[in-house]
Amino acid sequence: MTEEVTTEILQTHILDLAADGKRLDGRAPDEYRALSLEPGYVVTADGSALVRLGETMVLAGVKLEPGKPFADTPNAGVLTTNAELIPLSSPTFEPGPPQPGAIEVSRVVDRAIRAAETIDLAGLCITPAEKCWTCYVDIHVLAHAGNLIDAALLAAATALSHATVPAKRFGIAEADYPLKVHHLPIECTFVRLGDTIVVDPTFDEERASQGRLTIATDEAGRVVAMQKGLIGAFSPDDVRSLVRRAFVHGDRLRASVRGGGA
Amino acid sequence: MGNIGAKEVPVLLSPEGLRIDGRKLDELRPIEIRAGVLRQADGSAFVEWGQNKVMAAVYGPREVHPRHLQQNNKAVIQCRYNMAAFSVDERKRPGLDRRSQEISKVIAEAFESVVFAEEFPRTSIDVYIEVLQANAGTRCAGLVAASVALADAGIPMVDLLPAVAVGKVAGAIALDLKKEEDNFGEADLPMALVPQSGRLVLLQMEGHMTEEELSRSLDLGVAGCRVIYEKMKAALRERYSVEPVATEAA
Repeated sequence: MTEEVTTEILQTHILDLAADGKRLDGRAPDEYRALSLEPGYVVTADGSALVRLGETMVLAGVKLEPGKPFADTPNAGVLTTNAELIPLSSPTFEPGPPQPGAIEVSRVVDRAIRAAETIDLAGLCITPAEKCWTCYVDIHVLAHAGNLIDAALLAAATALSHATVPAKRFGIAEADYPLKVHHLPIECTFVRLGDTIVVDPTFDEERASQGRLTIATDEAGRVVAMQKGLIGAFSPDDVRSLVRRAFVHGDRLRASVRGGGA
Repeated sequence: MGNIGAKEVPVLLSPEGLRIDGRKLDELRPIEIRAGVLRQADGSAFVEWGQNKVMAAVYGPREVHPRHLQQNNKAVIQCRYNMAAFSVDERKRPGLDRRSQEISKVIAEAFESVVFAEEFPRTSIDVYIEVLQANAGTRCAGLVAASVALADAGIPMVDLLPAVAVGKVAGAIALDLKKEEDNFGEADLPMALVPQSGRLVLLQMEGHMTEEELSRSLDLGVAGCRVIYEKMKAALRERYSVEPVATEAA
């Protein structure tokens, strides 16, 4: 009960601050938290990255294994994305089968990677209709301090950018080679706090929010995925202006991923 | 995505600018909505939309199951979007897959944005959507059916929620994609509108569009929603209108 009361007071405070264009952590409405990227964090993975976005911490690992292509795409490799919101990362997560929140994170991240054509699936075909590479992207949320979607895609994109196809290990080629990565999608998440719309929400801002909108863009100037979540609404004009903001943030964040550091 | 061995792409847009089923770019498929089709449910609706057939039922406000989901200050809205195994070309494994769970979540959140849930604390409003026959746009058809079912159940709401998907087909922005257009098109953008406020409570997108195309898609979708809105109201009027009884003087 005490927690609920504190939460309500905090939420009102967050909304009051937002009305003046201010935020609890001192950021401007259009400012991201500090981002750090650590590619190659896990040596047992074929590609990995630890991402810190403020206090949110997400680890992505890529594994490639030979498998069988889907019947309807015999000349392409297979991509699977999975996000685990493990109970270690937040008191609100419980053990057990994936909850809708975790499924949403995986699917929204997967959608961006797929629609942006991040990895060349045709290039992952080994023998048409028989053998192909299956690329698993596993996302582990280690600390949930808000904006899991953006952090998860940043981790996945960084891990894929630094991944190696283990062709030698599986006796498919003489040597391992780097995984080819084309377009890098970046997701940019906003929440509505009254009449103000802020980027990169914290956990508390998400709880206080009246609607969340994620927009994924790629460097070819295309919008590749969107997802509205939580309770609340956005006008078409809101969406148009947020798309503009998403392109600006996307360019900056993409440069960090390409650079492979902060 | 290059040639990954997918099936031959059909001609999606004729030189005259007509679509695979002869529709214009801004034309909806035929839509029929019936309210109050199930006796047992508190509210229900059936939507036939192109070749989609979707049934929705609403139960509640009633006790919350499981109990721990109960909220002291408002009703919880639980939504289950499910596709029948026989609703698609290749048999779908029964039960909720990840796609269905995601759709259930965004639909529940769309309704939570318009239902006066605080009027029914400690209860649950359960929304069940069953897709019986699918041909692209089932989440929008399901949302429209569920919205009419909520009204049929007498649940107070800000407004009905019309919904439609806009997409990009052979480079053109088109309203209400059917299956071939969805499979071979370049983008899909489903949305649900609150007609009174002009705001969107469901918005998803997959594919690729430029900023300008996206902007036009939003306008096209909102216009489509307003047409569907009229059909939803008409369905409710038909269900509840009463013929004035001629009172004969004795």
